[in-house]
Amino acid sequence: MQDNLITFTQKASTVDYREDMNIVIVGHVDHGKSTIIGRLMADTHVLPDGKLEAIQEQCRRNSKPFEYAFLLDALKDERSQGITIDAARAFFKTEKRNYIILDAPGHVEFLKNMVTGAARAEAALLVIDAKEGIMENSMRHSYLLSMLGVKQIAVLINKMDSVGYDKGVFDSIKESYAHFLSKINVIPTAFIPVSGMQGDNIVTKSVNMPWYEGATVLEQMDLFSSPEKLTSLPLRMPVQDVYKFTLDSDDRRIIAGSIETGTLNVGDEVIFYPSKKRCGVKSIEVFNADSPVTSLEAGYAAGFTMTQQIYVRRGEVVCPADAPAMEVSAGIRANIFWLGREPLKKGCSYTLKLGTAKVRAELKEVKMLLDATNLSQSDAQEVCANMAADCIFTLDTPIAFDTVDFPGTTNRFVLTYNYEIVGGGIITSSVQTGGGNLTHSDSIIDSSQKVLSQKQKGTVLWMTGLSGSGKSTLTQELEKQLALLGVVSYRLDGDNLREGLNRDLDFSPEGRRENIRRAAEVASLFADAGIIVLASFITPTNELRDIARGCLCEKYNEIYVKASIEACKARDPKGLYERAIKDEIPSFTGISAPFEEPQSPDLTVETDIMDIERCINSLLEYLADKKYIF
Amino acid sequence: MDHIDKLESTSIHILREAYNQFKNLCMLWSIGKDSTVMLWLARKAFFGHVPFPLVHVDTAYKIPEMIEYRDRLARDFGLDIVYGMNETALKNKQTFPDGNCSRLDCCRNLKTEALRATLAGEIKRYRMNHTTGQYEVDTNCEPYTGVIVGVRADEEGSRSKERYFSPRDEHNDWHIASQPPEFWNQYNTDFRPGTHVRIHPLLDWTEVDIWEYIRREGIPTVSLYYNQGDGKRYRSLGCWPCTSPIESSARNVDEIIEELKSGKLKNIAERSGREQDKEDGGGLEDLRKGGYM
Repeated sequence: MQDNLITFTQKASTVDYREDMNIVIVGHVDHGKSTIIGRLMADTHVLPDGKLEAIQEQCRRNSKPFEYAFLLDALKDERSQGITIDAARAFFKTEKRNYIILDAPGHVEFLKNMVTGAARAEAALLVIDAKEGIMENSMRHSYLLSMLGVKQIAVLINKMDSVGYDKGVFDSIKESYAHFLSKINVIPTAFIPVSGMQGDNIVTKSVNMPWYEGATVLEQMDLFSSPEKLTSLPLRMPVQDVYKFTLDSDDRRIIAGSIETGTLNVGDEVIFYPSKKRCGVKSIEVFNADSPVTSLEAGYAAGFTMTQQIYVRRGEVVCPADAPAMEVSAGIRANIFWLGREPLKKGCSYTLKLGTAKVRAELKEVKMLLDATNLSQSDAQEVCANMAADCIFTLDTPIAFDTVDFPGTTNRFVLTYNYEIVGGGIITSSVQTGGGNLTHSDSIIDSSQKVLSQKQKGTVLWMTGLSGSGKSTLTQELEKQLALLGVVSYRLDGDNLREGLNRDLDFSPEGRRENIRRAAEVASLFADAGIIVLASFITPTNELRDIARGCLCEKYNEIYVKASIEACKARDPKGLYERAIKDEIPSFTGISAPFEEPQSPDLTVETDIMDIERCINSLLEYLADKKYIF
Repeated sequence: MDHIDKLESTSIHILREAYNQFKNLCMLWSIGKDSTVMLWLARKAFFGHVPFPLVHVDTAYKIPEMIEYRDRLARDFGLDIVYGMNETALKNKQTFPDGNCSRLDCCRNLKTEALRATLAGEIKRYRMNHTTGQYEVDTNCEPYTGVIVGVRADEEGSRSKERYFSPRDEHNDWHIASQPPEFWNQYNTDFRPGTHVRIHPLLDWTEVDIWEYIRREGIPTVSLYYNQGDGKRYRSLGCWPCTSPIESSARNVDEIIEELKSGKLKNIAERSGREQDKEDGGGLEDLRKGGYM
């Protein structure tokens, strides 16, 4: 359908089911990576019309010999430097696949660009200059490739034309490099003698090297095997966010995240780590789907609703309830590589990001430091740029992770410092923190004090309701649950105030008003200090609640703890109803004094219908929705 | 998972990260096919909602149908749409159509500077009031710290150097050589006070991918992209004085895809109808260093 403004296209499925593969090209500076890509593109005719001629012409005008690398060095200041400065991409196709060639620059200070490219790749081409031989980055790059998880590496011995296409040169580089790779457990997929400049063995078989009978670079690319299927592994879906968009009365609460491994199915029983909460998958939500989706596999950005309302948040990982548990710990041992300008050292606070979890981390110990260029080891306690190390870190909050043997990605993390990603690592094991005798909750309370301002915003939950409606029970439990999340709260109630601050007040109407005014003022101060205040006061009348609201303004969250008078009488934890009925307590709310129901509370929890877990969940969700905890 | 599924999932993941990590987040919507696909991806990421404002930089020289289409989609989708304009440059006629500056300087005034000032909240922002359907001056002039932009790596040399999350300094400048690394789905979402981050969910998409996705999802696009009977269509949209339609018979998405894949456009650059790219060898790159998309 079309009018002169909008064209509505009929939905149709895509036609290109061809496989994608990312291939990174790495190697020491000037060993000819860009030339090889340029040659690949020119010889397979994927360049836009006239591009090659234009650059050849430009070179001729500037009396500069043409190089294929210029094709890729699209930025003009880059051409004057003669090196490619970032992980540029080139799109490329064969009959078999769509390729994205990631050009990783080889200059030592640009290693972070190489990491950016290589981490997305399923295979790598590693280029070594036949004349110069194996250099520092030839070794460093293959080590990083293995750390980044790139298992297929084809080694291209380039510039064979400059050594007279000599088999001896090729064999000797091949032998010593294979020896190096074997020490870091890398088995190269192939060694290919090539000349990017002359086009030998790039797309067409070289007539200059009849002694070589293997594949050309192009053929080798098609020979790389397809990425491993991650769908057969147990489910891992890091929670990215929990959405509740109220617009257009949308009442879905959706757990959103990308599936790293495994499959998510409607009806699955799942468990969240580290909280260990469980629920069922009620529905998989997909916008603009033709029919309901009942299953999604690894790779998809997913969203689902739950069969029970439980409070979960970003940083947790959705796993199958019946599979082996993920590790949960505040101590990890890992193999890391460091890219930061400043060394990794003890006493500094780093941010560790794994999946969607983000925690503070400190270096506890360097077990072993490795110079990837010559595999020499040392026991120094600082890790400088471009080094690799085996380290122990302590975290301020426990996180969920897998270890190196798990073939997914939930064992990999990055470290950030001073607003930038400065290193990456793979967890080898979980370690006990603090000598092994710290209990779980000790470390959480400890950390919550450190991060007071980072995970919460001070406010007041004003719990109003009859005596015995469950205000104290709820606030006690809520305080505990908040502590587990690293959030500091404080319980304020009639009892602890009347013992001290309000000792001078009586139970006259004036005394009650003043009691509430002082309570609200105290709560306000606590909230200003960043604390979540859980204030339980019967506050039976609109007048009294207005006093509290007036003192607290936007910090006032009216929570109606609702229970029938019969339920409260039956509970009667302090025996007050019994005494009130016998007329021993004058003007007791609900018996001899009225309770005015709140007109429009911010939240109502009905303690005689909901169990305590549901009440707590709705309180936590309220705090999260209002962004008081995050 | 096919190629388009992979691209879609990566983009959605990036959009969700951005929404979680940035408080003052916005998405630039140029009305073109790329940013309209990005808008659609946002609706997918957030299950039918777009939980941040869409910012459009109006030059006053946009092809009129673009503005009409923008406002119609904004009403149909209930979008929180905001636009900004360099009203000073327009008043002083510092524009190419007025004959007072070059095409590149006109781009600098009406796009680069207008964008910078709109994002910083230094000039008036106009926001659609959905009750009246009219634009009103927005009272919120807080700077946006996260800006989602629909650039693609295949468009042009300098765009292939981008990261998914790319920090810009106080002056909107982009430091290509010192960009932090980005790997394992972890992005640089922390940023220095006074700076902001550009987020590029479409970086891995190509022009053909965009059309394939429009077809797969049935996304409503502006009709300027199609030959409506006169043998011409726009391949890339911009300001009318500097953008010309190409000769093409493609009347629908199928025909456009055919034309791009094997037909006459196979080897012709997408922005060939955009005059400002031709004024200087590195026109777009210079503009981009100064904050242009």
